[in-house]
Amino acid sequence: MGSYVLRRVLQMIPVFFGTTLLIFLMVYTLPGDPVTALFGEKAADPAVVASIKHQYYLDQPVWKQYLHYMGNLFQGDFGTSFTGRPVSDIMANAFPVTIRLALLAFVFELVLGLALGLVSGLRRGSIQDTLVLVLTLVVISIPVFVLAYIAQTIFATNLGWVTPTVQDSRDLSQLILPAIVLGSLSLAYVARLTRTSIGENLRADYIRTAVAKGLPRRTIVSRHLLRNSLIPVVTFLGTDLGALMGGAIVTEGIFNVQGVGNVLYRAINQKEGPTVVGIVTVLVIVYLVASLLVDLLYAVLDPRIRYA
Amino acid sequence: MPVAARARWVLAAATSVVLVATGCSSGGGGSSSPDASKTFSYQSSEPQNPLQPANANEVGGGRIIQNLFKGLVDYDPSTAKIRMQVADKIDTSDSQTFNVTLKDGWKFHDGTPVHAKNFVDSWNWSATTSNNQINSSWFSDIEGYKDVHPASGQPTATKMSGLTVVDDLHFTVKLANRVSYFEYKLGYIAFSPLPDAFFNDPAGYGQKPVGNGPYQFVSWTHNTQVVTKAFADYQGVDKPKNGGIVFKMYTTSEAAYADLQSSNLDVMDQVPPSALATYKSDLGDRAIDAPQGAIQNIGFTLYQADWASPDKAKVRQGLSMAIDRDTITKTVLQGSRKPATAWVAEGVEGYKSGACGDFCTFDPAKAKQLITEGGGVPGNKLTITYNADGGHKEWVDAVCNSIRQNTGVDCLGDPKPDFKTARAAITGHQVNGAFRTGWVQDYPLNANFLSDVYRTGAASNDFGYSSPQFDQAATKADEASSVADTVAGYQQAEAVLPSGMPAIPLWYYRTNSGYSSKVQNVAFDSFGNPAWTQVEVKG
Repeated sequence: MGSYVLRRVLQMIPVFFGTTLLIFLMVYTLPGDPVTALFGEKAADPAVVASIKHQYYLDQPVWKQYLHYMGNLFQGDFGTSFTGRPVSDIMANAFPVTIRLALLAFVFELVLGLALGLVSGLRRGSIQDTLVLVLTLVVISIPVFVLAYIAQTIFATNLGWVTPTVQDSRDLSQLILPAIVLGSLSLAYVARLTRTSIGENLRADYIRTAVAKGLPRRTIVSRHLLRNSLIPVVTFLGTDLGALMGGAIVTEGIFNVQGVGNVLYRAINQKEGPTVVGIVTVLVIVYLVASLLVDLLYAVLDPRIRYA
Repeated sequence: MPVAARARWVLAAATSVVLVATGCSSGGGGSSSPDASKTFSYQSSEPQNPLQPANANEVGGGRIIQNLFKGLVDYDPSTAKIRMQVADKIDTSDSQTFNVTLKDGWKFHDGTPVHAKNFVDSWNWSATTSNNQINSSWFSDIEGYKDVHPASGQPTATKMSGLTVVDDLHFTVKLANRVSYFEYKLGYIAFSPLPDAFFNDPAGYGQKPVGNGPYQFVSWTHNTQVVTKAFADYQGVDKPKNGGIVFKMYTTSEAAYADLQSSNLDVMDQVPPSALATYKSDLGDRAIDAPQGAIQNIGFTLYQADWASPDKAKVRQGLSMAIDRDTITKTVLQGSRKPATAWVAEGVEGYKSGACGDFCTFDPAKAKQLITEGGGVPGNKLTITYNADGGHKEWVDAVCNSIRQNTGVDCLGDPKPDFKTARAAITGHQVNGAFRTGWVQDYPLNANFLSDVYRTGAASNDFGYSSPQFDQAATKADEASSVADTVAGYQQAEAVLPSGMPAIPLWYYRTNSGYSSKVQNVAFDSFGNPAWTQVEVKG
């Protein structure tokens, strides 16, 4: 187990270098010159452009820029944005907000999704099952920004329960509505995955054995059925955590949540290399760690799986 | 405006003595006595640069800077006329040497006095290349600018020879050439004074600015808000009637508009395009529809052989006459623009309605005739390059439809993914035929719309337009002895443009905005900014 984890962590190193290089090159090849764009519709002053480029190391060939960036990175310096703010500062501001939002959405989809999937999987063909199927179909087929505007109109403009946008991005209670919107699509997937998985395992031999042994139904469902049915769901949830963190741009925009998605979008628009690479690198690490955790969870859920 | 909004130039400070009260008795509560200690919130975006006066050229930072600082002069928000602030008077006998006298008693927010050297030091520092200030070219009129800011390479001096401190309250500015309207430029935020403490740590100062304006800096929570409060010792003619401004960062104007309707935001910049049709009924008498000193044009690539010959001017005149501006502004643009009849925007000092003459009037028959006389559009096809991130697609398509239907010339939009890509193509002369362009006033004077754009070799002359007549008229206007003569001179220069038609004027921008039920006495100036200090917060 220990050596397995170590191996996986070591594998992250080349992945880390590969992604930073790729992202760096991608930002570099984006069209347009970021420094000239700072001048807007006004003609850019060539002397100042040259001077600013020199300051941000942009007057060097791309491989030198990359080496310079990586060199600084290993000294804990993520670089500086055009606003003069250190990128580490920007990330320290944005990530706590996004982590809160993503975790809220995650808990929401996990708890409610599993519950719905369990109910409908155990009672296939019942009215509850049909209801869950129809509801999840509706959620899957509506784009997230439509859901967001509907939620904003109903709960903020009409009912007045919440403010239309998040006034303080660090306040958990204000993030509930955006989190529900953000998690709703995954919720539908979790519910459907759980339902299918439970339906299959219900007919498995070990369940028949457990029933024949005379085990109480509650024990059968929680210890045998649910535990074995969770593997596909956990796989989905693991990758979804990363998606929730980096992919919340639309939801963050509508509810004015000042998280990673917004910062990333703005940085890509301004071609602000250090900010983009810094944030994406952290997101990649989140993905890698999440998928490692998923793999380790397999062993917990299914004792037959062993890592050596 | 979508997230990536069109870059706008924020300029001068906005404040006023007398304002037209646009909505004193607003919808719900009616007019109540204002509480001068209460703050109001304004829609903003995260500044793109450190908060240094010569480094703020976009709305996010510019709006904050213009409230924290006050220069020698500013512009009256209701009339757009120049008025003295820190300056007591600015005298010149030859339009080249200006003697500036300051008022006594002005203070920075840290308590130090505002003296002549604060202006001179500030301008010298801002103009110097190595300080990387985006607005440094504003100082290029001053003698000695080339020493601190050579066209390339390192500066050879740190001070411009044209600036001389006489005593605490007097300094002189000597320009390299005669510019009769120089004092109009002084209202731009780049000309703000800086306290002595600034020069010890300019970068740190950019995160925590100390100015001399009506509001003082309190805090900056990045990506969330910038808080300011009214400065008790403020000496300007526009004393704040409120306790301060909170600049709340929004990434979309849709989100800001939703907050405005529920009074979680007090004043906003522009309503989102999706609300243009409904905002007047949504907000009632709290809706604002005011003119702006900004114009939208279609520019031509006169540097291309196809468009260079003199008779192609007729083709451009014809194309201009084929565009149904009235219908497009009313339908596609939902009344958010006003058809243009000149190259200078409405409300600007020296604006002359109808300078474009018949060429800006819709007349399909005449349009066809002119295009034929001019030998037709090269390849009988026009492409209009624009940036796809600024909400321009709809009107470019409409203009193209108008041209296609009325003249038979094929017309297509050529979208570039974003603003910086489009600008790179335009300034790099990589455009074929026509492109979207525009001008937002730096200061409300017609010279700004003409000299900076249509002069041979002017920094923003992206057309490659070169007319000896225009240049001559502009130079003569610059050397006039009074601003009034300059204005008249530039009107003569503008009269040269119809014959060459380097750019087709389309329409003028307007401020379509509104405010919450918590505030009153909100009016917008021609820069598209509210008269900040005049906003009253209800008690």
